[in-house]
Amino acid sequence: MDDFRIPLGRWGEQVLSWMLDVFGGLFGLLRTIMLEANDALIWLLSTPPWWAIALAFAALAWWVRTWKLAVGTLLGFLLIFGMNQWDNAMATLSLVVVATLIAVIISVPLGILAASSRTFSTLIRPVLDFLQTMPPMVYLIPALAIFRVGVVPGMVATILFALAPGVRFTELGIRRVDHEVVEAGEAFGASRWRILRQIQLPLALPTIMAGINQVIMLALSMVVIAGMVGAGGLGGDVVAALNRLDLALGFEAGVSVVILAIFLDRLTSFAGKARTT
Amino acid sequence: MSPDGDAPTLSVQHVFKAFGRRPQEIVRRVRSGEDRADLKALGTAAVIDATFDVHPGEIFVVMGLSGSGKSTLIRTLNGLQPATEGVVEVKGRDISTLSKKRLRRLRAEDMAMVFQHFALFPHRTVLENAAYGLEIQGVETRSRRERALEVLDRVGLDGWHDHYPGELSGGMQQRVGLARALASETDILLMDEAFSALDPLIRREMQQQLIALQRELGKTIVFITHDLNEAMYIGDRIAVMKDGRIVQIGTPQDILTRPADDYVAQFIADVDRGRVLTAGSVMVGPDGLSAEEQSRLSAEAVVSEGATLQEIVPAASRADGPLTVTADGTDGEPLGYVRVADLLASLNTPEEYAAPVPGDHQEGGR
Repeated sequence: MDDFRIPLGRWGEQVLSWMLDVFGGLFGLLRTIMLEANDALIWLLSTPPWWAIALAFAALAWWVRTWKLAVGTLLGFLLIFGMNQWDNAMATLSLVVVATLIAVIISVPLGILAASSRTFSTLIRPVLDFLQTMPPMVYLIPALAIFRVGVVPGMVATILFALAPGVRFTELGIRRVDHEVVEAGEAFGASRWRILRQIQLPLALPTIMAGINQVIMLALSMVVIAGMVGAGGLGGDVVAALNRLDLALGFEAGVSVVILAIFLDRLTSFAGKARTT
Repeated sequence: MSPDGDAPTLSVQHVFKAFGRRPQEIVRRVRSGEDRADLKALGTAAVIDATFDVHPGEIFVVMGLSGSGKSTLIRTLNGLQPATEGVVEVKGRDISTLSKKRLRRLRAEDMAMVFQHFALFPHRTVLENAAYGLEIQGVETRSRRERALEVLDRVGLDGWHDHYPGELSGGMQQRVGLARALASETDILLMDEAFSALDPLIRREMQQQLIALQRELGKTIVFITHDLNEAMYIGDRIAVMKDGRIVQIGTPQDILTRPADDYVAQFIADVDRGRVLTAGSVMVGPDGLSAEEQSRLSAEAVVSEGATLQEIVPAASRADGPLTVTADGTDGEPLGYVRVADLLASLNTPEEYAAPVPGDHQEGGR
């Protein structure tokens, strides 16, 4: 029995190298898209003077929520600038936004499918459990092999880790739409697509938004780990601070992550605002 | 209301509907005489061998307690729950033969539905709710707005079109539900416990409004209810369902005067007879009065044949003797006479029906 060993890890490696051979071109394309999107967003966020961006975020906060959040936003971003973390923060924000967008584009349709098919829902549930509970650093290994060092493997790991709540909340939101209301759509002769678009999605929107909020929070919690593979940003500073035992730098980068997290969370928690019957 | 020459608008022939993993087998075993309670492990036989026709312009009421299969039955009519076996014909077309697309068109253009809990779209205004059927039919925005406003006006909701359903009371919400169904201008209206969730006063008001609207519009209506009083008040004919089967079909008077079995008889105990029985049903023939009674007839005490007992009570209390019954309540050839004693006797529930409904009939879930 001493020799007994299931080489699961080795098989994983073989699958990975096979995927690299077969989908190499596709991965290259994905890498380019993510890199370009991220670079464009970083350019957009760091070209104007910092106060213009801070004001723009404050205005957004006011428009979406309240003037209190606008003031808080302004103070928070002032602190980030004062700690000399502005560029890092914008790089991180950009990574989170791009990763969240891609995660939403993938997870909402999967959630819709899961809501309409019991079988698909049962199949995808263990996959989501796997994605969410696997130590996120493990994603970095294949991501590094496929996408090379830089921001992209960090982003891919972030997307994989943050995907699950998007799918779950979308499925839950659609399933919780009053059955009789959906039936009313059917009784008046609406097609399934129409029912989805005009009834299920709008009514599930508060729940879906709560899911997207979760996706953002998970993505933000991944940025430090992404820093380990050269994603830069605040995560890069945290990792550097860890290596040099530089508490001051680590604290400042950490506080900047917290400010971004609070800003994004308050901005996207729409849940209570929905109209109810 | 149901002249024999008319082709039925809706025809239901030997329809079965079973839920469960093997519905066909449940139907086969119920057919071969097995009790539906013994098949619980397999699934539910919700509708068992339903057969009836609904004629143009008729209000056909299906009455039964919860779990009797009435809500499933109404859903087999528009294919929301396709029948496991049997044929449902809408205007002569067997709906099981229609493609999905044709079935959707049938639902959009020929039959509209009103739901127990209103099932309004909370994110759409009252106007957009009312116009929904027209939107599906592909009517362009301006004329569907016009038609929806007109219907909202008709159900008494003028001025409310910009509000959201959540801002309206239950009764008003169901008016929106009714408006949504009427705006589609379908010949057939399916009403699933449409008034059951409303307060008694509002319910009575809605019943009266439905009847008033029906006089104008002459739709073919299938109305589901668990309330026999409501069934008697609204229905031209009533089907009483129990445990998935239709146990009796007849006019309100048929059911009140000749219940098919003990189960139906138990329900009758609660019926407000004065609202259902008519002068015509309790009168004696033209030659039925004694000379003494004839001498007390008066020219004022004349009622129409179709008047309910409730309606003739005031006349009876004023009159000294029997009431004269004519075709339209004015002077004319007397069809018969109503004695006050007979009137009072008919208002009283016959003793054999007065037994209370046992608890197990009330419950009996699906």
